[in-house]
Amino acid sequence: MSDTPLLEIKNLTTIYPTKRGNVRAVDGVDLTLHEGEILGIVGESGCGKSTVLLSILRLIRKPGRIANGHILFKGRDLLTLSGREMREIRGKEIAMIFQDPLSTLNPAFPVGEQIRESLRLHHIVNGRLPWPLDRAARSKEKEIVLKIMEEVGIPSPMDRYRSYPHQFSGGMQQRALIAIALVCGPSLLLADEPTTALDVTIQAQILDLMRRINQERGTAIILVTHDLGVAAEFCDSIAVMYAGRIVEQGPVDQVIGNPQHPYTQGLLESRPRLGERGRRIHPIPGNVPDLVDLPEGCAFAPRCPYARPECTEGPIPFYPVGENGHVARCILHA
Amino acid sequence: MSANVPAHSTLISRQRYLWGIRLRMWQRNAVDFWRELRQRPLALLGGIVILIYLFMAIAAPYLTTYDPTRGNLRMRLEPPFWYPKGSWDYPLGTDAQGRDLLTRIIYGSRVSLAVGFLAIGISVVIGTILGLLAGYFRGRFDNVISRLADLLLAFPYLIFAIGVMAFLGPGFANLILALTFKGWVEFFRLVRGEMLAEKTKEYVEAARVAGMGHWAIIVKEILPNIVHSIFVLGTLRMGHMIIMEASLSFLGLGVPPHIPAWGSMVAAGRDYLLIAWWVSTFPGLAILFLVLAINVFGEGLRDILDPRLKIE
Repeated sequence: MSDTPLLEIKNLTTIYPTKRGNVRAVDGVDLTLHEGEILGIVGESGCGKSTVLLSILRLIRKPGRIANGHILFKGRDLLTLSGREMREIRGKEIAMIFQDPLSTLNPAFPVGEQIRESLRLHHIVNGRLPWPLDRAARSKEKEIVLKIMEEVGIPSPMDRYRSYPHQFSGGMQQRALIAIALVCGPSLLLADEPTTALDVTIQAQILDLMRRINQERGTAIILVTHDLGVAAEFCDSIAVMYAGRIVEQGPVDQVIGNPQHPYTQGLLESRPRLGERGRRIHPIPGNVPDLVDLPEGCAFAPRCPYARPECTEGPIPFYPVGENGHVARCILHA
Repeated sequence: MSANVPAHSTLISRQRYLWGIRLRMWQRNAVDFWRELRQRPLALLGGIVILIYLFMAIAAPYLTTYDPTRGNLRMRLEPPFWYPKGSWDYPLGTDAQGRDLLTRIIYGSRVSLAVGFLAIGISVVIGTILGLLAGYFRGRFDNVISRLADLLLAFPYLIFAIGVMAFLGPGFANLILALTFKGWVEFFRLVRGEMLAEKTKEYVEAARVAGMGHWAIIVKEILPNIVHSIFVLGTLRMGHMIIMEASLSFLGLGVPPHIPAWGSMVAAGRDYLLIAWWVSTFPGLAILFLVLAINVFGEGLRDILDPRLKIE
């Protein structure tokens, strides 16, 4: 592990103003990611997982905004960069893939051209002449595109170069998307539920592919998912989010094998498991709280079986609950 | 492919190379288009009719030996050739000033087509640019333009055009102006609506994530996805524009009277309907067939171009 982490998020707070008050979609999140690491962010829908990713790229839709915090990427605070500098980072240094590959690919262009567009955007191949004129640069680009298509497992890239997105299967579309993300050689890949829209067998293939990329290229990955199984299988460490805050964080075997926050426990309980037919699924009672004016203390307290009055009295710090920096935000461990 | 292809050193060779690429792309698209069109005989027929009209407009002086404006007063209201009194000298007869009707119809296509193409072209450009900007950036600009569009839509088109023409006076440029004054609104609304729909799609988000700027996203990512709709609406609206032009000419508010136009020909024949029906009828049929052909072709175009109607 190198000294400076690849990405360090400090006290990130992203808010969306509404008529009733500010929705704190991300509320004081701290995350650290080293080069080549895979971090999973898990949680229910609407807990702010995706907002964290969009905050990193500074693509929060107005009127939403990042209200507080620092996002240090390779030592540079992304929140202080100009729009132009930020555009250079997007796609080149930090790439992102999405849940629904078909709608993420532009239906009007062949897949190969879309991969090449990414190269052109960041001037990866510098020709001597303006773009369409430089035949050498163009063929170099095409070479790179075909290579990356092969690397992500698109069979016979030559034939598929001119195919349109709708002619690809779901898995192939996701591979194409990964190719677009990787073609500029980013050091960080943000994956927003990349396997949710896919069949289980394809899911496994895509996860395999991402792991291979992680190992061969050393690309760090942040995987956002609501699927604890996927996270458990794929990630080095996991952060569990609830109502915009991280409630538990640590190495994957610790968090999944020995969950210490009642919410994480609840999530694991409420998950159907293969081969355990007789076992009852225990859903977490209640609903995700209103994100406007959250209480100071634990946001999970209203649904928590162990809740005590102290839970909502003041901010709750992280308490160490296990090895290797396994921490949970719960007064049970105070 | 090798990387040591010599770079194009002279301007001419660069241009040659560039146009070579473009030509190949057009060729490929044209071949695909032709294949689809052949499966739709009605649309194909419409396209052929439009081409015939275009040919007529361009080659008018070579198709007929008569002068469209100067008549022979001894040959007034001659009937078409199938009447016993008719002759092949005037296949469709003559009007009240002894001018050959066929000649005037052929020359009249110039006005109709020129007005149709120009009015639609200008409307498309204005409407598309405003629609893209308003739909993408929203905000005050969108509000102002949208309200203006609503305001213009509240006037009946013909009344509006009559008003503008009465104000500006007859003339070719004024006619185009009157038609585009409101013509852009349809395209603005179409493009704005499509933009609103496209903007929320994830490929736009993905383009932003990839580091694209707003202008590049609008022009390179979104526009190619809606250009088909613009093309189809443009074709369908062209028929409408031609009818508008004919209506204004009919009312004497179109091009100056000395230029033959179908609308004014229909108007001129009204007084002789009982004794010489052909004077009004043939220009009317010319309008009918052109607009019908354009509409049928436009519908076919929609079927071919709209990717949403296609199942592969």
